Amino acid sequence: MNAWRGAWVAWRVLSLAQWREQPLRVLTTVLAISLGVALGAAVYLINTASLMQFDQATRRLLGDADIIVRGPVSGFDESVFVTLAQDRDVSVASPVLELDLALAQADHPTLKVVALDPLRALALQPQLALPLGADITALFAHDAIVLSRAAASALGLQRSGVLSVVVDGTVRSLRVIDVLPADAYPQALGIMDIGAAQWSLARLGKLNRVDLRLRPGVDPDSVRARLGLALPAGVFALTPQIERGRAASVTRAYRVNLDVLALVALLTGAFLIFSTQWLSVLRRRVALGLLRALGVTRHELRLALLAESAASGLAGSVLGVLLGTGTALLMLRYLGADLGSPQYAALGAALRVHAVPLLCFLLIGTGAACAGGALPALQAARRAPALALKAGDAEQDLSRLRTTLPGLALSALGALLAWLPPTGGLPIAGYLSIAALLFGSVLLVPAVTRRALAAIPASGRLIFDTALAQLRGSPASVSVSLSSIIVSFSLMVAMAIMVHSFRASFELWLTKLLPSDLQLRLGEGDDSAALTASMQARIGAVPGVARVEFRRLRPILLQAGRAPVTLIARDMAGQRAADALPLLREAPPPAGAPLPPAWISEAVQDLYGLRPGQLLELPLDGRISRFFIAGIWRDYVRSAGAIVIRRQDYLSSTGDASANYASIWRQPDSSESAIEAQIRAALGVGAALEIISSPELRERSLMAFDRAFVITYALEAVAVLIGLLGVSVAAS
Amino acid sequence: MTPAPRPPHRTSDLHAVLSIEALRKRYRLEGAMVLDGLELQLQAGEFIAIMGESGAGKSTLLNIIAGLDRPDSGRVLLDGTDVGALDDDASTRLRRAHIGFIFQAFHVLPYLTVLQNVALPLELLALERSQREPRALQWLERCGIAALAQRYPRELSGGELQRIAIARALVHEPALVLADEPTGNLDAATAAQILALLRQQVHASGASAILITHSLAAAHSADRIWQLQAGRLEPLAS
Repeated sequence: MNAWRGAWVAWRVLSLAQWREQPLRVLTTVLAISLGVALGAAVYLINTASLMQFDQATRRLLGDADIIVRGPVSGFDESVFVTLAQDRDVSVASPVLELDLALAQADHPTLKVVALDPLRALALQPQLALPLGADITALFAHDAIVLSRAAASALGLQRSGVLSVVVDGTVRSLRVIDVLPADAYPQALGIMDIGAAQWSLARLGKLNRVDLRLRPGVDPDSVRARLGLALPAGVFALTPQIERGRAASVTRAYRVNLDVLALVALLTGAFLIFSTQWLSVLRRRVALGLLRALGVTRHELRLALLAESAASGLAGSVLGVLLGTGTALLMLRYLGADLGSPQYAALGAALRVHAVPLLCFLLIGTGAACAGGALPALQAARRAPALALKAGDAEQDLSRLRTTLPGLALSALGALLAWLPPTGGLPIAGYLSIAALLFGSVLLVPAVTRRALAAIPASGRLIFDTALAQLRGSPASVSVSLSSIIVSFSLMVAMAIMVHSFRASFELWLTKLLPSDLQLRLGEGDDSAALTASMQARIGAVPGVARVEFRRLRPILLQAGRAPVTLIARDMAGQRAADALPLLREAPPPAGAPLPPAWISEAVQDLYGLRPGQLLELPLDGRISRFFIAGIWRDYVRSAGAIVIRRQDYLSSTGDASANYASIWRQPDSSESAIEAQIRAALGVGAALEIISSPELRERSLMAFDRAFVITYALEAVAVLIGLLGVSVAAS
Repeated sequence: MTPAPRPPHRTSDLHAVLSIEALRKRYRLEGAMVLDGLELQLQAGEFIAIMGESGAGKSTLLNIIAGLDRPDSGRVLLDGTDVGALDDDASTRLRRAHIGFIFQAFHVLPYLTVLQNVALPLELLALERSQREPRALQWLERCGIAALAQRYPRELSGGELQRIAIARALVHEPALVLADEPTGNLDAATAAQILALLRQQVHASGASAILITHSLAAAHSADRIWQLQAGRLEPLAS
């Protein structure tokens, strides 16, 4: 008889016993696994739908280009395009200006605009250019714009409508000459002719992207490397894959965090399987001993018990995949694909179900259950059948397990891992540290339990002392039950503490960064709208304004494959950095030639491996400007990183005196609403100007925080549910 | 594989089913020598009883014979096979095909029907359902409990449970039946019935049997009685 036959008989007998004697336990473990799998599957499906939608949009924007030359949003000189177009290996070069345009329209602060040469774009971006129609000459008008269907419906505009945009502090009108069909481009987008855009959007002579198609037979990598050497500072020659991966890289940390949360829920389910199987093996030791005596081999028994866990895992996984798919479908239909993160807001993302990833989730769920059931199965198969058939041996095999040293070692390892830097931009060591600390604690439970039980004195009351004696007599079973509760509850408590302490820190951080009475913003980024020097002077001259600090924010590319870092040039005259920024570390200025200071956020430190005191080279307007890293500051907002420099240093490096943010302190006897009204009247840029009181901005920021954590709260709710299931399993 | 049916017991074709030579075993924890050069020859079809005080090593001897425990030295030959020399899997397969067990606590699985309990050894021997159920029913009839075939053990008395255990021990027609205090949990009248049934069915099947017991009355149902004392077997009566 082969091993499978014996294992099948044993599995049938044991599962029947399990199901008959503890149906609630079986259902609980199945449910725990199903919730873990459902979370993972739902997060994966929503992420995939969102990323595929972004990918589709990026592919249409990039078209058939072999190389993308990209510079800062502020642009580079268009002579770069001429050089590239004349290169011996380049077949077609297409100049592009890509901007987030500030709109003078409430509720819609920006619109992404791609300005291109329609004739060249027909060759390189046919999917985008072809729908522009047979007569593309209309697009050459200086004020013409074509909107995607998503943009038109979001802005409430149709063909012949007028779009008001803010350019250099003034409101200008663009004519909507056409609306693209819905399938031409899925996201909100405006398309302009490059010449018209340079003229109308005050970017004469500037580009920020050039798409290149190479001659046949040319190696793109070697051309890319060669071209890269001749480009100005801050301008990179990229592969289309890097460009397409940008949306994914921006949200990668967020997605990985959600995936890890789902994985933690799944691991908790696996631990419930472990504790259920462990206790169940104890309860069924006589049946197991009998089967061994009747002729079931160790190997067959091991297989049977593993199959039992696998069956629970498979049932839970099937249920979980169905639940996860249903959840993803409902969320995409009714809540969108952003998973609480605005960066994720992919319009029209639809569920795409592929068999292979879902099969992987089935395997992960079943594998987790098998992993949970492996140790109990090994222990049960190892147990001597003659002993198992006797009463009172339940604790013997368990008590042989030496867990204290491994527990201490794992806890120490967890403490060490917590200090390791990220791997590939992700806190892999941090996740491993949490796992090591959790399992290390679990392994210490038996020793702690034995000592704690031994320390409890006899009370002289019969029932209490009998119960105590019972617990002392079965420390291993007590430990397994306690471990189950610890794992389940620690997950709940850890998540609750993490989210709430993070929120409290965020609130303190906001208070530090928003000390003024009012906050003002003109446009996001620096793409089209900015406060000119004269506008800044007008704001400062408004009656009731005691003091104004201006900031210039602009994205800059430090490395080809990474998302842009936000450069913040801020007024810091007369202020210590420690007063203006939530600094974590500072470094004294280096000896020798004085360099202006820059303060980098933790993300920049981790992603680029920079340290206080080091030299920092920033590409500003095509030149490298040198700074020394004067400190590290905490930034909860920009996950791709941010660098603060003094505004006077920025001005001397770039000559750019504009700003797009301001903090305003009012005089004691003035009112915020009066100041706001006077600033609006003085600037005359309509709804593109956002003015808000600092307390209200703090409130809104906290609401945004809560929204970003909606999915985390949902995961926490599921974790609480699994935790409660764990408690019920342990207690039943 | 189906074990070959055994012919009824005839004294003329007696041979040693079980041969134990110089068996020694020391308890690991206490360090006491519990079996000390024990010797035994069990002929085919022979039914013997082994008596002894608590802790004398009766159950240890049974476990070593069944391959559930290992001796420190000496040999146990079951139908010529050295049980101690087999690895765990091989001794388990030997047990599956050639040994039947009867326990004091019955150890009948409560969530299987009576018929399923009795058919379990046949299922482990890979017999098809069409073969194993009639044979299990036949053994239930021999043990006088055919009417209980579809009932669950929780509905039955101790005597009925032990009848199930006897049917289960013999259904695959083993060479050797090991009965460890089979009447220890039964009243005297029921115990007498069970012992009579055991003796009758063991002889009918042609198996050999070892009965471990404290009770002299129970031991008298055997062909020979041995006393386990100071780690060795001494004949008490025949």
